[in-house]
Amino acid sequence: MSHFLSQAETFLPILMQGVYLTVLVTLGAFVLATGLGLVWAFMRVSGIAPLAWTARTIIVVVRGIPGMVTLFYIYFVMPDLGLSLTALQAAIIGLGIAYSPYMAEVFRAGIEAIDRGQTEAALSIGMGWSLLMRRVVLPQAIRVALPPYGSTMVMLLKDSSLASTITVAELSLQGKLLASSTFENTTIFTLVALIYLAMSLPLTAFNSWLERRMRQAR
Amino acid sequence: MSIIELRNVRKSFGQHEVIHDVSFAVEKGEVVCIIGPSGSGKSTLLRCINGLETYQGGEIVVHGERVDTGSSRIRQLRTRVAMVFQRFNLFPHRTALENVAEGPIFVKKEPREAVLARSRDLLTRVGLGAKIDAYPAQLSGGQQQRVAIARALGMNPDAILFDEPTSALDPELVGEVLAVMRSLADEGMTMVVVTHEMGFAREVADRVLFLDGGVLVEQGPPEEVLSRPQHPRTQDFLRRILPS
Repeated sequence: MSHFLSQAETFLPILMQGVYLTVLVTLGAFVLATGLGLVWAFMRVSGIAPLAWTARTIIVVVRGIPGMVTLFYIYFVMPDLGLSLTALQAAIIGLGIAYSPYMAEVFRAGIEAIDRGQTEAALSIGMGWSLLMRRVVLPQAIRVALPPYGSTMVMLLKDSSLASTITVAELSLQGKLLASSTFENTTIFTLVALIYLAMSLPLTAFNSWLERRMRQAR
Repeated sequence: MSIIELRNVRKSFGQHEVIHDVSFAVEKGEVVCIIGPSGSGKSTLLRCINGLETYQGGEIVVHGERVDTGSSRIRQLRTRVAMVFQRFNLFPHRTALENVAEGPIFVKKEPREAVLARSRDLLTRVGLGAKIDAYPAQLSGGQQQRVAIARALGMNPDAILFDEPTSALDPELVGEVLAVMRSLADEGMTMVVVTHEMGFAREVADRVLFLDGGVLVEQGPPEEVLSRPQHPRTQDFLRRILPS
């Protein structure tokens, strides 16, 4: 145990460099996936057939391709088309796109869970589509969408390790590099696992807190 | 000029026509009750008037303007014809006061403080002065429906449409909602009420319309339609719902 602790002291600072990139990739991809997911969800519920159809196609196609392949595509294929990105940029954009269908479905489920009477009440006082979304549907949909939204975020945090496949030295890759040069596999991978856990647990706790607070607010 | 006028209105869902050639007009200050068996098209007809449903034939005119759900004017028109729903449809994430103030502030862009003051007055008027900060979930059905009436009044409408406003209420709560509606009628509000409350129709309505199978079978003053119905279908309906 003391052996583990003294080694941890040596390895932790190196692993923390990986943590920094993991957080950066996760947050960046999270923001992008949320934005894109909202766009796809709005297109799907817009009632305008071509928009709904386009969004549905995007969701089905992107969801049907492994995230790793999406990353490869953006990092290795895009340069052939004249768009060169750094590994970090490619990781954020790739994961953001790969996760957008899940976000879209989370938001759509939330929006569609809202009783039709709410829409009618909003229309009956003269609201247009955007006001009705902003003031009536979305504030209620957020409550429905929050739990799956939170677990999607945790999944994204873990899948940020995919960035390692395009050379981003985030936590998992940093751990692997460190392990292969020191052969301290047990210590290092235990540390890596604990660090992921230390990041995902507060995320889950924050989400539960937010859910509780929103329930109280009504 | 009539506030609401329907001329030969037809409405179908797919191949199935549910409103057949219905015409009537509602004058300013008039209370019109629409009665009839369930599935007769009463609610559908009401929903056509403020454009929550489309209609396929004829014409609905509100204040001289044709109701057209495809037109950008429909929103403007809806602010002038308010609606009270069977299931209240209050916004559950907003307090009673916010429910009433929502339309005037965010749709009509009236100054916030003035709207809030007026909304408080309206809630007091429907007997809920002590509940302005309550959320809908904290209110009884009767109280929620009174908030919904205050919300309709908050729009300063030319007319209010009521879609079976007491049908979702426990029997002991019906009275408080009808009392509010009665006082509105006394103050001269133009109202179209789809209802199964024959007592209310008899006492408050200026005119009763009997709708059956999407056809306007009979209309007239309540004492005539309800006490001396001319048409066999009206007689049959009233025999079934009124205790003899």
